[in-house]
Amino acid sequence: MNDGFYYTCGKSRNLRGLEGKVKVLVFIKRVPDTGIPLKIKAGRTDIDRDASLAYVTNPFDEYAVEEAIRLKEKIGNVETVAVSLGDEKSEDVLRNALALGIDRAVLLKCGNPEKIDSFVTARILADFARKEGFDLILTGREAVDRCDQQVPSFVAEFLGIPQATFVVGLEVNPPSIVARRETDEGMETLELTMPALVSCEKGLNEPRLPTLRGIMAARSKAIEEIAVECGLFGSELIELLPPPERKPGKILDMPLSESVRELVRILKEKRIF
Amino acid sequence: MEIKVYIEVAGDKIRQASLESLSAGIYLKKRCRGRVVAIVPGPVPEQVLEEITHFEIDEVLWIKNSELTPYLVEPHRDAVLSILGKEDCLILPATKRGNELAPRIAARFSVPMASNVFEFDVENGALVYLKRLYGGKVIGRFRLNAKPLIVTVAPRAFPVPEKAESSCPVVERSVEIPRNSLRVRHRGVEVTTSEGIDLYEADVIFAGGRGMAGPEGFKLLKELADIVNSRSEKKAAVGASRAAVDAGWIDHSHQIGQTGKVVSPEVYFAFGISGALQHIVGMRNSKFIVAVNRDPEAPIFKYADLGIVEDLFKMVPLLKEELGKVIK
Repeated sequence: MNDGFYYTCGKSRNLRGLEGKVKVLVFIKRVPDTGIPLKIKAGRTDIDRDASLAYVTNPFDEYAVEEAIRLKEKIGNVETVAVSLGDEKSEDVLRNALALGIDRAVLLKCGNPEKIDSFVTARILADFARKEGFDLILTGREAVDRCDQQVPSFVAEFLGIPQATFVVGLEVNPPSIVARRETDEGMETLELTMPALVSCEKGLNEPRLPTLRGIMAARSKAIEEIAVECGLFGSELIELLPPPERKPGKILDMPLSESVRELVRILKEKRIF
Repeated sequence: MEIKVYIEVAGDKIRQASLESLSAGIYLKKRCRGRVVAIVPGPVPEQVLEEITHFEIDEVLWIKNSELTPYLVEPHRDAVLSILGKEDCLILPATKRGNELAPRIAARFSVPMASNVFEFDVENGALVYLKRLYGGKVIGRFRLNAKPLIVTVAPRAFPVPEKAESSCPVVERSVEIPRNSLRVRHRGVEVTTSEGIDLYEADVIFAGGRGMAGPEGFKLLKELADIVNSRSEKKAAVGASRAAVDAGWIDHSHQIGQTGKVVSPEVYFAFGISGALQHIVGMRNSKFIVAVNRDPEAPIFKYADLGIVEDLFKMVPLLKEELGKVIK
């Protein structure tokens, strides 16, 4: 068993009645816009990242950012910190978080972020969280590029803290957290105590849009930068492949009742029914 | 190599995704010589244990601790850690539970792992696997060198295994669950899958989009699913596009697409769904896709095997009637 990660999260806190600010870290990632088709670059080790590829904040992380801001609006004595592991281009998503109302933004800067897998990402984020200290970590349930769903659980275990994943409802009365989450069977409600990690699912909230004032204010805010070492130990990408081709289909050009009969006949032939 | 497969039991049923994981374990055993051990965490009905012994596996390891019910991630992590060795391969289903649990186990060994894998093999002790990236727009082939090898397997990537003629032994264990692992408390559990089939398990999905024009339309789709469920061996479920979910017509748990579920049924019906890319990536692994939309230019028709350009409210009642005749 590895003991190296088993220490408490950074600065000690009196967990029976938090004094001082409730510190909320929000982990966000810059990802390609999901609406855009992708091509595989020659060499097959990356997608074609040409000028036509637009990037956004990972949609699931947007719920985390929104929830952090709402927590501050509701409780008051809260410090929110958006953190992103990436290259200098990730400043976009951090500046957007500042514009929405997050207090501080930190770029954990590395080269070739697209090569870094979930295990390495989680170690870097956890190391930062441990040094920085925190009461609550919010992040999206998964990044829509790698689609692993690993980072939240990896981070929570590295930090030795409890977690609630796929959360669609959150009530925070420090140090208590009541999380309503989606399960494979339906829903459940869990109660946990800070320090803790929550991964956010669609439905948790409606993310706001930045105001013009927020955008202007964010322009002059500094984004803290920390250079990190990203050793490439993790899953190694061998190659990228396109999804299996589908044969082109056909549109039935016949009166409705006939097309329904034809449809059901085809399904029967395929032994679906 | 010991291939340990984590079994999820919901009530008195083994989750289909867990049975599929058993198939993945059996497949791996045939390729690299080892034993397949089904790990059953927590108290389960007698007949469930009995059922698991009748697959082509070597042992059922039943961790009896009562603290393992209801499920929480930390006690289940501890239970698996108490029986998992560095030379093992651990397979879990890529359900919400499997995907949340596996990394907590991998973290303790300080190793990376593979999630949502739909194909894999072992080459020289390393796991070579395929998984979908960018919602499925691209497939990645990866190599994982780790001890132990920890994998979650995508739903419906493997079939439910064949029953074996013989049965394997059940080994009972009680393990140490540290008190600190029980620090999260349950406040309430709602089981809603009794309302319908899990989208990940469905053979047939009837999905509705903006064209459904309201929640009532989804009742029609539920009626179609009910015909299939009550009269045939196939399992049918109702799905939805993001537009329908965002409009509040149906719950997010039915959403199919990049920010919902990625499904692979035998047949996928897309009613009143325009065919935005985020939705397509969620359903394009279906064996057969049928699209019904009033708009002949709807992008969905590019991805469908069969298209009907028609008002879905005219088409669905006819489909219901025809299915009623054909499914007995």
